[in-house]
Amino acid sequence: MSMFTNTNGDPKSDFGILAEEKESFLKRIPKTQTFQIVSVLFVITAIFSAIAPSTFFTLFNLRNIIINISVFAVLGVGMTFVIITAGIDLSVGSVLVFSSVIACKAIVAAGAKGWGTTFMGIFVAVAVATAWGALNGWLVSIAKVPAFIVTLGSLSAALGVSQIITGGIDLRGATPELVNKIGFGNVYKQIPVLGVIAVVVVILGGILLHKTKFGLLTYAVGSNTEACRRVGINVNRQLIYVYSLMGFTAGIGGIMSLAMYQQTTIAGQSNTALTVIAGVVIGGTSLFGGYGTIFGTMIGLFIPIVLQTGFIIIGVVPFWQNVVVGVFLVAAVYVDNARRNAADGGGKSLKKRSKKSTS
Amino acid sequence: MTYALEAKGIVRRYGHVEALRGCNFNVKPGEVTALIGDNGAGKSTLVRILSGAEQPDEGEILIEGKAVHFNSPSDSRNFGIETVFQDLALCPHLNAVQNMYLGREVPRKGILGKLGFLDHEVMRQGSEDAFRDLGATVRSLTASTGSMSGGQRQSIAVARSAAWATKVLFFDEPTAALGVVQKKNVLNLVRRVRDKGIGIVFISHSMPEVLEISDRVQVMRRGLTIADYKTSETNLEELVGAMTGRLDEASK
Ligand SMILES: Nc1ncnc2c1ncn2[C@@H]1O[C@H](COP(=O)(O)OP(=O)(O)OP(=O)(O)O)[C@@H](O)[C@H]1O
Ligand SMILES: [Mg+2]
Repeated sequence: MSMFTNTNGDPKSDFGILAEEKESFLKRIPKTQTFQIVSVLFVITAIFSAIAPSTFFTLFNLRNIIINISVFAVLGVGMTFVIITAGIDLSVGSVLVFSSVIACKAIVAAGAKGWGTTFMGIFVAVAVATAWGALNGWLVSIAKVPAFIVTLGSLSAALGVSQIITGGIDLRGATPELVNKIGFGNVYKQIPVLGVIAVVVVILGGILLHKTKFGLLTYAVGSNTEACRRVGINVNRQLIYVYSLMGFTAGIGGIMSLAMYQQTTIAGQSNTALTVIAGVVIGGTSLFGGYGTIFGTMIGLFIPIVLQTGFIIIGVVPFWQNVVVGVFLVAAVYVDNARRNAADGGGKSLKKRSKKSTS
Repeated sequence: MTYALEAKGIVRRYGHVEALRGCNFNVKPGEVTALIGDNGAGKSTLVRILSGAEQPDEGEILIEGKAVHFNSPSDSRNFGIETVFQDLALCPHLNAVQNMYLGREVPRKGILGKLGFLDHEVMRQGSEDAFRDLGATVRSLTASTGSMSGGQRQSIAVARSAAWATKVLFFDEPTAALGVVQKKNVLNLVRRVRDKGIGIVFISHSMPEVLEISDRVQVMRRGLTIADYKTSETNLEELVGAMTGRLDEASK
């Protein structure tokens, strides 16, 4: 199709954008990775409920699943932003631990009871983790150390600092309010407070990513950093914000886990980053940046949990879940690659071309 | 007559390579200046410096006679200088509208705008108008530009810069990826933008194109502008000679 009207043509008649738009939207849906992954979740659920029709949904303890997934969901929001910028954050688990350790210290120092102390603890956890995220962002964008290395360093350092502060022994220091009203609390009947917090964070994160300038710039930076620089976008600032947001969500995760377990979880978060990254990637976000959705991440996080529940019910050793998640992860990246290669060359060929042409 | 944009004694080094060695250059308003030279002469480097994407090691940049300093591309954009870069500079995952307004997003009115929500309708309309104004059509405003052909992407990049430029517009090999009809349209577009009083810098390796579109030709060789011709008073042999160095003596 010609992109300029020829000189004697009427430009308006060639400008058939709206008609094309409507038609292709419906056609495009089945091709999106989000749709594919929702189908996978649907199929898995269908298989389990077919094998064990009477027990799957009854034993499917929704409340436990929601509580299990709520911390991961919150972290998944931050991680989706980071991975869309073509970055990665391996340090979330350690930053989460670090924020809960500092919050615990602060709560104990303030007397360990009352709503005032509770909110102070929440604030401290979030502030500390956001600051650590900002440091990651600064190192990635301005010091130009690869994100993989920066956050691998943070993974080790944040855990190390937490161990130094605590001597390696978990701190118990949550206020009764934090434990009873937030950790075990229900908003209404069996609807857990932690789940509601997660849902709120996920919805706000989704709005921020998909509806605001901040989200658009996140995609843009991940799509073509150099193009953003040339049109005057402050790329470094955007990256620092995105890693700070990751830290912010790790801080919320830190306080949620403190509320849930009534103590810090120094040794318990070593797999957190991998679980979250797997969820984001299975959910269709591209490790190469520029593409991804919060909704996909949530589906990507649900798949391992549904598998786990399902395996228990049908009597398969639940360790199989790890194997299947590993396969899913590799398959998701394979599909993403295939999609990028198929999409007319897409971003890849553009990058190739720009490399060739900087003669 | 004051120049819309003037560069004096620009030096730019990449390690040991001296890409620009005290290069002079100027653009007049409402005039098409062709910038020609062999591969590696330094044309793209000069464009990157005059558009603020890179900073010179030495030298001076003047806008309408006043010395300016570009710390970033937004500085030069604020002066009404726009560039269609050789390597396009679109975000392949974003659509035509998002690319059109990249770095210039229009916020919604009121409190929602302050919260970072965008006015998609205004931007869609603005893009549509810009493409139509240039006689350009784009396959879709919602498809990602990465899924479009090289020529379609180029038309978006060209339309974007032309829509925002108020003083100087650089084209670094804008027709390289285009078909015959599309080339003709870009040349028409260049004339139309020039007639608005904007100074145009047109980089191309196609001498017939240069002779057709430009009012003036400045020739670069090994990091220096070595000649400045009125297009009406020059010809193919002279230009090729200047580029390759055969006419070094004559041009001094
Ligand atoms: N980023 C860079 N790093 C190192 N050297 C560079 C860089 N950019 C340009 N150069 C060098 O500077 C010189 C001028 O390059 P430039 O791209 O400006 O040439 P050009 O005139 O645009 O060529 P072409 O017609 O091939 O586009 C070349 O020798 C090139 O190798
Ligand atoms: Mg060049």
